[in-house]
Amino acid sequence: MKRIYAIESWCIDCKRCEVACRTAHSKSKDPVKAYKVEHVPGARIHVEGDQHVSIAVNCRQCPKPACVDACISGAMQRDPETGIITSDPERCVGCRTCVSECPFGCIHVESVALKCDLCGDGHGEPGEPACVAACPNRALIYVESEGCHHGE
Amino acid sequence: MLDYVLPRYRVLRDKDECIQCGVCERSCSNGVHHVDTDLGRVTADHSKCVNCQRCVVMCPTQAIAISKWPQVGNGTNNWTLENMQDIAKQAQTGAVLLASMGNPKPYPIYWDHLLLNASQVTNPSIDPLREPMETRVFLGSRPNVLKVNEREHTISPKIPPQIKLDVPVMFGAMSFGAISLNAQKSLAMAAEELGTYFNTGEGGLHKDLERYGKNCIVQVASGRFGVDPHYLNAGAAIEIKIGQGAKPGIGGHLPGTKVNEEVSRTRMIPEGTDAISPAPHHDIYSIEDLRQLIFSIKEATRYTKPVAVKIAAVHNVAAIASGIARAGADIIVVDGFRGGTGAAPKRTRDNVGIPIELALAAVDARLHDEGIRSMVSVVASGSIRSSADIVRAIALGADAVYIGSAALIALGCHQCQDCGSGKCNWGIATQKPDLTRRLNPEIGAQRVVNLIRGWNREIQEMIGGMGINAIDSLRGNRLMLRGVGLNEKELEILGVKYAGE
Repeated sequence: MKRIYAIESWCIDCKRCEVACRTAHSKSKDPVKAYKVEHVPGARIHVEGDQHVSIAVNCRQCPKPACVDACISGAMQRDPETGIITSDPERCVGCRTCVSECPFGCIHVESVALKCDLCGDGHGEPGEPACVAACPNRALIYVESEGCHHGE
Repeated sequence: MLDYVLPRYRVLRDKDECIQCGVCERSCSNGVHHVDTDLGRVTADHSKCVNCQRCVVMCPTQAIAISKWPQVGNGTNNWTLENMQDIAKQAQTGAVLLASMGNPKPYPIYWDHLLLNASQVTNPSIDPLREPMETRVFLGSRPNVLKVNEREHTISPKIPPQIKLDVPVMFGAMSFGAISLNAQKSLAMAAEELGTYFNTGEGGLHKDLERYGKNCIVQVASGRFGVDPHYLNAGAAIEIKIGQGAKPGIGGHLPGTKVNEEVSRTRMIPEGTDAISPAPHHDIYSIEDLRQLIFSIKEATRYTKPVAVKIAAVHNVAAIASGIARAGADIIVVDGFRGGTGAAPKRTRDNVGIPIELALAAVDARLHDEGIRSMVSVVASGSIRSSADIVRAIALGADAVYIGSAALIALGCHQCQDCGSGKCNWGIATQKPDLTRRLNPEIGAQRVVNLIRGWNREIQEMIGGMGINAIDSLRGNRLMLRGVGLNEKELEILGVKYAGE
């Protein structure tokens, strides 16, 4: 499957990916409305570090996801077809078990678990996630993953 | 002491659009923007803004625009706000005013007074989409007469070394030190893909770029930084830099703060020391001395590589070019006064030198008159802004052109003219790792390749319109140009007729 890869050497800590993520997960898909009217909860991708060293952290879409195994309410699911892991906000109880299980620190809870759903809503290539399309320096790339094949 | 210098720009922020995401704050190395949580809005320190427009481009909601500082002058043409601000700066610091990029003063831009010809009825124009169109150029010395032995399939005399350009554009000298390694690497990768050349400038060739040697012109300037036999042989050609259009008559000064470990190793100078290029080459005080250096370099490279000599366009440029041709140079580079620089004294940048259009026309005419034009190739540089400028330059007699500023603009440069500060927000004219990282050479090279591909297509369209199918047939073909808004003397020097003639 295609995954998002973050490349530390090109990340410049601008956090445009975070803005793009919140916008992509708004109803209006408009950044101004997303921030000022809808108050969309936090981004599902986070840039860690500072101006000198930084990297975007988001879900690796693991083939054997610990978060799915750990989920107590069945909200966290891996789509067997696409391999994309999503959390159903209707079923999530916000217990944070997934947060403690994720080895990469990719899940955040703001009343419910928020994680990357490989949105494919970007304005770039067809199917490109919004954060990848918004990255000005190709520090986020959306490519077929090596070594981790579909269904693994 | 209270600083009397006024801000130059004012940051306009649309409060309705601003989402306080902080992208602008993190994008600005000058510390202009600040997300103030107490005030609940983003503030700006206008005095620090240099108008590089990084924040404008990066802002996800297009909430930012930069405007001029609204302060008006006192209304005189003489004591303009700029003149008074320059005095205020020098009264504050007692220093020489430094500036970057090309001469911004409103001197005539002759390119904009030269119009191109096109075929109508009597000779057919050529459609480059349907017919072959040659934009390849060879640079180097050519023999006056070529004898062909048809029986043995040989030619004599032996053709001197030449370099082949698939497009009539090269990337001008910009040193590692003045620009970042990522910027130079972008140009190197683009040159390789386009089949043309980038120029190391006077800062040596970084070891990571040696693999682009066949697309590289290595420069030998008065500081001789990074020059050794390995360096001379690493490139496809060698360029001796005598002068630079932006600052004729003076050398260079790379401040020690920019000389980090990598720059130090490449330039072969101690880390943190100022890299000072003397105004003259201390071994060149005559054409004969120049000839010695040219042939020393030819010896060092076993006569396998052409040697170029780059001079700034100054008053006697044609006579100097003639001397350079006779000194044995294979290529003469003439750099006009609008050419860019990483840093130059402002008064030199703004007042010294002559326009490239006049210099180029004078050099080409002089070399023709003396019957030595084929001994050298002529490269024009100093603010080539578009493909139309290239067509005009070639029609005025250039074999090819160098672009510097235009290539940097493709990389993201917005001509803010603050290169000297070392805080380039686009990762170009800086050595700070957090800033150089902003220029991913993969993207940079792609943008430059796109630009030159577009320009080359436009060149083909324009010369095809003239009924010409090879750039060689345009060279020095001044009948393809007509002047508008020029006086008789200007037309005479340019060697073109007035529109309607």
